[in-house]
Amino acid sequence: MGRYVIRRLLQMVPVFIGTTFLIFVMVYALGDPVAAMFGDRAPDPATAAQIRHAMYLDHSLPAQYVHYMKQIFTGNFGTAATGQPVTELMGSAFPVTIRLTLVAFAIEAVAGIGLGLLAGMRRGRFADTGVLAFTLLVVAVPTFVTGYVLQYFLGVKWHVANPAVAEGAPIGDLILPGLVLAAVSLAYVARLTRTSVAENARADYVRTAVAKGLPKRRVVTVHLLRNSLIPVVTFLGTDIGGLMAGAVVTERIFNIHGVGYQLYQGILRQNPPTVVGFVTILVIIFLAANLLVDLLYAVLDPRIRYA
Amino acid sequence: MRGATRVKCAVGVLAVALVATACGGGSDSGSSGGSSGGIVRASWGDPQNPLEPADTNEVQGGKVLDMVFRGLKKYDPKTAKAENMIAQSITSTDAQNFDIKIKPGWKFSNGEPVTSDSFINAWNYGADLRNAQLNAFFFAQIDGYSQVHPDATGAKPTATKLSGLTKVSDTEFKVKLSQKFSLWPDTLGYAAFYPLPQAFFTDHAAWLRKPIGNGPYEISSYTKGTGMSLRKWTGYRGPDAAVNNGVDLRVYTDNNTAYTDLQAGNIDLVDDIPATQLRNVKSDLGSRYINEPAGIIQTISFPLYAAGWSSAKSAMVRQGLSMAINRPQITQQIFQNTRTPASDWTSPVLGDAGGFKKGLCGQECEYNPAKAKQLIQQGGGLPGGRITIGYNADTGSHKEWVDAVCNSINNVLGNNRACVGAPTGTFADFRNKITNKQMTMPFRSGWQMDYPLIQDFLQPQYYTDASSNDSHYSNANFDNLINQANAESDNSKAIGLFQDAERQLVKDMPAIPLWYQNGSAGYSSNISNVTLNPFSVPVYNEIKVH
Repeated sequence: MGRYVIRRLLQMVPVFIGTTFLIFVMVYALGDPVAAMFGDRAPDPATAAQIRHAMYLDHSLPAQYVHYMKQIFTGNFGTAATGQPVTELMGSAFPVTIRLTLVAFAIEAVAGIGLGLLAGMRRGRFADTGVLAFTLLVVAVPTFVTGYVLQYFLGVKWHVANPAVAEGAPIGDLILPGLVLAAVSLAYVARLTRTSVAENARADYVRTAVAKGLPKRRVVTVHLLRNSLIPVVTFLGTDIGGLMAGAVVTERIFNIHGVGYQLYQGILRQNPPTVVGFVTILVIIFLAANLLVDLLYAVLDPRIRYA
Repeated sequence: MRGATRVKCAVGVLAVALVATACGGGSDSGSSGGSSGGIVRASWGDPQNPLEPADTNEVQGGKVLDMVFRGLKKYDPKTAKAENMIAQSITSTDAQNFDIKIKPGWKFSNGEPVTSDSFINAWNYGADLRNAQLNAFFFAQIDGYSQVHPDATGAKPTATKLSGLTKVSDTEFKVKLSQKFSLWPDTLGYAAFYPLPQAFFTDHAAWLRKPIGNGPYEISSYTKGTGMSLRKWTGYRGPDAAVNNGVDLRVYTDNNTAYTDLQAGNIDLVDDIPATQLRNVKSDLGSRYINEPAGIIQTISFPLYAAGWSSAKSAMVRQGLSMAINRPQITQQIFQNTRTPASDWTSPVLGDAGGFKKGLCGQECEYNPAKAKQLIQQGGGLPGGRITIGYNADTGSHKEWVDAVCNSINNVLGNNRACVGAPTGTFADFRNKITNKQMTMPFRSGWQMDYPLIQDFLQPQYYTDASSNDSHYSNANFDNLINQANAESDNSKAIGLFQDAERQLVKDMPAIPLWYQNGSAGYSSNISNVTLNPFSVPVYNEIKVH
């Protein structure tokens, strides 16, 4: 187990370097950000050169990358276009997005697994068909449509929720955006759980448990659900990163000043430190979540062991 | 076929959901809550640059500076005329040497008096190359600029102070320009010319966290990227004190959300109505929707340096293209009349006295399919048989109107492939291609005035080698007329000369005027007396809160 974790951690190093380099190149490929700062006016060469020098843009791409990575390891993520250190932006953006992600994740896991279990247990009956139709609808409608529709009806028409999240992003305000963000994944979780439960319901060990005379609740939660959750956990684990990075649309609609918003601003203003910095942290979260998922397998299914 | 019915049912539900989005208009505008204590709650965008006068060149940062600062002059929110604010008088006998006297008694909100040093130090700071201020070129007219701010890459400044600025006393200073420019005093209302307190220089970082100015508002708190609270400064002695108790600016990630929040009653003022809501805005807000001309003109510029556009005959092609664009139809259909078809190269906000002349362009800017086709053919046809119109795809929803313009041209020429839009991913990349002279085909361009003068619409854009001359247009007659106009001390004569220069643009058509852009805003029933100034920024200090 320990050796497995170390091996996995070592594997993360090339992945980390590769992804950050790719992102760096992509932002770089967008072009020179200095021209846009001057609006519809041609920058005067002297000022432009001065700004480029301050942003380390007057060096070659590999030199810039090395310089940037060196900075990162001293905890300096550079400065954003507004002159704020990127770490300051992270400090305000990540807590907000993490809260939003947790709300979405809770909704997705509870509602998704619940619906999937319900459908899987009543295979072919009305509940099953209903869940199927519901998930089809949710998957088919794009996030921004659900977002704007719910925002308009719940926020403006019925005054049930705030259409825009207040400063500091209190949990109460995040429920509606969390629901929108979770919707598509929720549908997948429900469908995955349903299939897995439906399949395992006929397995020998379930029949044995029933024959032993165990109460139905115990059969379902301990025997059936636990074994059916393995594919679902894989999905949920990788989805944490997806939710955090995919919040761009939701954050825009509900005025949440989180990671998605900062990334969007960074791309719009072509500010490599902002974009690469945030993506780097997201990459780390992705990798950590994946490792965690793999370790969870062993907990869920004792047959899986890591050497 | 159970499966098939199930799918049909789901499609039905989906259709209902989509219809519900499509008709998201409605006439509800509940105003629950309401603002408390006479504070205006207004939408805002995150300023792109640090909030300092010489480094702020976009409207969101400029909005704040206009609330916390007052300069030598201020543009009248209604007439756009430059009027003395801190200046007692600005006099000159030769349109080159100016004597500026300032009114005594003005103070910064930290108690420091506003003296001639406040201006001289601020302008020297803004012009200094080492500070890399984006608005540095506004000081280029002052004598000694080229020593403080040499233009070439890598050049080092040889002076730190503009030699053209001389202090006479605490209430008087003299300015020498490097060449004659009679309208120069009227440029002094621009943010770059605001005075700065000593606190700016002693602790720059602290000042940037919470800027200190001399205007009707002071900043009570500023959370970067989230919002700013401005409160009425009780010590303000100027003539235009705030009638409300303050303004809370809230950063919105998306103007659609700001609009939704206005409908829900969570905010009082939105000064940018999203294009997608223009159809509903009248029924949503009624008389609380403002749509007023602003000092912005949209044009299509041509790369006159590129083969195909540099010949003398190609002017005819450009004139023909201009006549092939059905401006009234596009402004109505695409923009819901938030744009007005342009018939000169300035803006209606200047007023007739300021140099705006409706119809100056004449028939060359009117839709005339037959004449258009004829002119394009006489000019040798489109270069290579077809054109593209470049635009940036990231902001401003330009695609719709570029497609409409192309459509109009294609219809006139009876060729579906004569004109297509050519998007560039980001504004930065788009601007890079333009400044590096990499354009080979026409591209969209827009101009928002810095100060309401006809000079600002013509010289920066069409004078030889001017800073925003994207077409790289160069015409001796045009330059000559501009120089004469700048040296002319009689205002109406000067404007006549500027208009003569503009007539040269009709002949050469370096850029096709498309339309004048309006500013739009919507507000809640909690506030009244909301107007937009010629820069399409709300006049915050005049807003009344109920």
